[in-house]
Amino acid sequence: MYETVIGLEVHVELGTKTKIFCGCETEFGAPPNTHVCPVCMGSPGVLPVLNEQALRLGMKAAMALHCEVRKDSKFDRKNYFYPDSPKAYQISQYDEPIGEHGYIDIEVGGQVRRIGITRVHLEEDAGKLNHSVFGDASYVDFNRVGIPLIEIVSEPDIKTAEEARLYLEELKAIMQYCAVSECKMEEGSLRCDANISLRPIGQKELGTKTEIKNMNSFRHVERGLLFEQERQEAMLYRNEKIVQETRRLDESTMSTISMRSKEDAHDYRYFPEPDLPRIVVSDRFLAECLAEIPELPAQKRARFVQDYGLPDYDASVLTANRPLAEFFDETAKRVKDPKVASNWIMGDVLGYLKTTDATIETFAISSMQLAELIDLIDNGTISTKIAKSVFKDMLETGKDAKILIAEQGLVQISDESELRAIAQKVIENNPKSVQDVLAGKEKAIGSLVGQMMKETKGKANPQVVNQILKELITG
Amino acid sequence: MLDFSQGIRKLHEALRAGTTTPERLLNESFERIEHADGEINAFLRVNDLVSRDRLTTKAAIADAFSPKHLLDGIPYALKDNMCYEGIETTCASKILEGYIPPYTATVAQKLDDAGAILVGKANMDEFAMGSSTENSSYFPTKNPWHKEYVPGGSSGGSAAAVAAGMVPYALGSDTGGSIRQPSAFCGVVGLKPTYGRVSRYGLVAFASSFDQIGPITNSVEDAAIVLQAIAGADTHDATSAHIDVPDFSAKLTGDIRGLKVGVAPEFFADAMDEGVRQRVEEAVKVLKELGAEIQPISLPHTNYAIATYYLLAPAEASSNLARFDGVRYGYRSQNAQNLLDMYSKTRSEGFGREVKRRILIGTYALSSGYYDAYYKRAQKMRTLIRQDFEQAFSQVDVIVSPTTPTPAFLLGEKTKDPVTMYMTDMCTIPVNLAGLPAISVPCGLSQGLPVGLQIIGKMFDEQTILQVADAYEKAVDFAAVRTAHRKEAK
Amino acid sequence: MTLSKADVDHVARLARLDLSEQEKAELAEELSAILDYASQLQEVDLDAVEPMSHVSGQHAVFRKDEPHVSLPPDVVLKNAPDAEDQQFKVPAIMEG
Repeated sequence: MYETVIGLEVHVELGTKTKIFCGCETEFGAPPNTHVCPVCMGSPGVLPVLNEQALRLGMKAAMALHCEVRKDSKFDRKNYFYPDSPKAYQISQYDEPIGEHGYIDIEVGGQVRRIGITRVHLEEDAGKLNHSVFGDASYVDFNRVGIPLIEIVSEPDIKTAEEARLYLEELKAIMQYCAVSECKMEEGSLRCDANISLRPIGQKELGTKTEIKNMNSFRHVERGLLFEQERQEAMLYRNEKIVQETRRLDESTMSTISMRSKEDAHDYRYFPEPDLPRIVVSDRFLAECLAEIPELPAQKRARFVQDYGLPDYDASVLTANRPLAEFFDETAKRVKDPKVASNWIMGDVLGYLKTTDATIETFAISSMQLAELIDLIDNGTISTKIAKSVFKDMLETGKDAKILIAEQGLVQISDESELRAIAQKVIENNPKSVQDVLAGKEKAIGSLVGQMMKETKGKANPQVVNQILKELITG
Repeated sequence: MLDFSQGIRKLHEALRAGTTTPERLLNESFERIEHADGEINAFLRVNDLVSRDRLTTKAAIADAFSPKHLLDGIPYALKDNMCYEGIETTCASKILEGYIPPYTATVAQKLDDAGAILVGKANMDEFAMGSSTENSSYFPTKNPWHKEYVPGGSSGGSAAAVAAGMVPYALGSDTGGSIRQPSAFCGVVGLKPTYGRVSRYGLVAFASSFDQIGPITNSVEDAAIVLQAIAGADTHDATSAHIDVPDFSAKLTGDIRGLKVGVAPEFFADAMDEGVRQRVEEAVKVLKELGAEIQPISLPHTNYAIATYYLLAPAEASSNLARFDGVRYGYRSQNAQNLLDMYSKTRSEGFGREVKRRILIGTYALSSGYYDAYYKRAQKMRTLIRQDFEQAFSQVDVIVSPTTPTPAFLLGEKTKDPVTMYMTDMCTIPVNLAGLPAISVPCGLSQGLPVGLQIIGKMFDEQTILQVADAYEKAVDFAAVRTAHRKEAK
Repeated sequence: MTLSKADVDHVARLARLDLSEQEKAELAEELSAILDYASQLQEVDLDAVEPMSHVSGQHAVFRKDEPHVSLPPDVVLKNAPDAEDQQFKVPAIMEG
């Protein structure tokens, strides 16, 4: 029997306006080589100057991942030749990363699992290589070079492909909550490499690992790891030796393929970057970073369960991203039963967002408006059924529920004398149903209620109607 | 006839009085170059059109020229490792042949802003690696004093251009002595400021934690004037110091009474030239006569400086020069079959022997398994050398030494033996390791060749080394020696 | 410290330098001489000494996250040995 050991290396692009060492913009998708300058192109004679915001976001990320952060750190040069690296070295952090010894808690099958974070360090992104279709040339676009990155290295604490996915989802949520990064995998602002090895259960030392690259979604990470786990397991059972190598995920077959190893065994010749003095931050700077870290998804989930009495499932759906969680929070605060708010948001709101491929940030109804709608049900002004149609109208018009209800005369009829008169008429016209009710068929009352609703165009208050009908029939 | 060696202030006064014009100064520079540089080879390129264009622009702004700054309207030369937008910058290397920088170095921008006029780019050892300018990939420069001798290096072109009267001043860069050593060899003044005093932005890096730009001039006062114009913090250079820039001319009074001058035996090697020893000892006597207190000090780790430097500087260089890969600029080999081939062939065909040698040493010192034994040990020794100086400077205000152990050597004399060549920098290298400011002033001749007196100061105390150098210069009148030699040469 | 031709070979590959057999032999000798000279650093006890990588002792100053004007596209490629479609062209990079 074997157990799986997985460690993840995640690169996250920091959401700065400009690059880490120069003022070129970080905009995604610009025409090639339009966001470049002598500094990021590595022209002879240029020097790097650190973008304070990159340091701040990196620091916030490290703090949010519960790392011990360094007040005094430095940059190093990682030397390697490749056309995407204009200086032929990457400015990175080697032995003094900004953060170390952190963790992320994930929930697996109702249990909390703590995944250790070895380190978080700042570095610069490389350029982008494009390859000619004929395979005779490659092309370099330096727009991406110098975009600030953090690399987040996990401990080999992850045991399954599913845990790897959950770790990534939680990591992404944390980064988004802290406004550190948008973490758009499709734009490469979050990238993940995975190390995986197997070892006999009970054995201490790790088995030979392989590294998997080129996984473009969390699903792919999970699928790639599953494939690799099975491949290694089968080899071990056949007494074959695992080769330490880099493999890439082939998306068409969802299998991993060995990559040609690079020309040389890597010897990056790290040494302290002489062009950047030591990075020393003040206590005030650290305090500011800390103050900018909002309530994180795990805390929010716990609070939603605790304070609002939500089921775990609701709490985790509603905290998937920060704007959604805040939307719920703002709605829930204003209504009597937060679970009703949760039902509305998880059902109607998310349903609408999904069909229109929109996000909560651009949602036409504000949390205040939704809370008012829920309140109107609660205080009996409208029924839930009417509320659903009001909700649709709110989406179309952007108007408040109260205004729509008034305009369309949708106010629920709760006035007893009015309803009593209508009930008399319904009873007279439906002797059969009345008989059934008297014979003890409780369900028959439903048909009478339905008639009442028809007569009132759905505006009758169902509770009041029920009460009156029972009174009139059974005396 | 105008003579640039009379000093920047005199030229400035003549401009202000209207007895000369920027155009006449520039023409004088061109004429001197025309007359002498065919033999001396101080310049890689003379920017005739660019300079004239700049003059025309200036003339268009003001009908009657009236200088706004001491350097306004005065020509100068730039060592070819400093970028000037639109003007070819090669670092005297084949690998950068034809390279046109898209931006201007901070120092050149500051001189531009002061109204200075760039005449041309001066020859140098390729990527500033060398002590004789023989490592230029284009041609060696000759010493204007005796043309069979080297001008020193790596800023040999800059020093020779000033010594030969082609420009009133030039900028050089100093990584292990590359301003002071050629200044000493050519009988001019060379100042290496404190690391961080002058922005390195736009200086093509050799060894980033050592490199510093400074002036090469005819007089100490000129050095103070030029340093004033180029010093100061720069937002483009994170290693530039955020320290106030004082008035560097303020202490040029000739008065050094009561100043404590340290003399360290470690700077007087057994193998040193006897004439150099005598000239420097005489210079120390002059300082004493001027009222300075001479005090023996010790810098016990000086003997390790060259070894330390020749591990650290090449290590940084191996990384700094990795960007010359034929992808974005400069030379690319046409014989390449694939990417790896393109890299290796481009770099092998583009770099000269000394550059390759240092890249290899530096790569080795940083490589896996050798980092601790070489690079890190050298970094530790750097700490001790710095501490030696700190200790000494708790007792004295400046330290004096020869700039070089010998005067200029013959062209070709040391090209075969790198370690012997490296020894010529034994007095200048410790200063770069410690990041201190130092100036070389001429202090007489040995075998008919100039000798340099090095004055080393505390961190950011260029004022005091300028003060001492100026007092010495005023006391000995080396200018007369220079004039006599020039007459003799003619 | 003596460097063999194989050592020179290895370092030259790391540094992306293509050397002839003669150059390798000569450089092995020259580099050995330099390393021999440098070996005097091994004489000193440096265990308790902190390595120094920056001489100024000052801390980094930061840049504000404000955009500057990037280079005009024609200037970007002006010095390029080979370019196509606003990109730098290099020999094909094999992947996979």
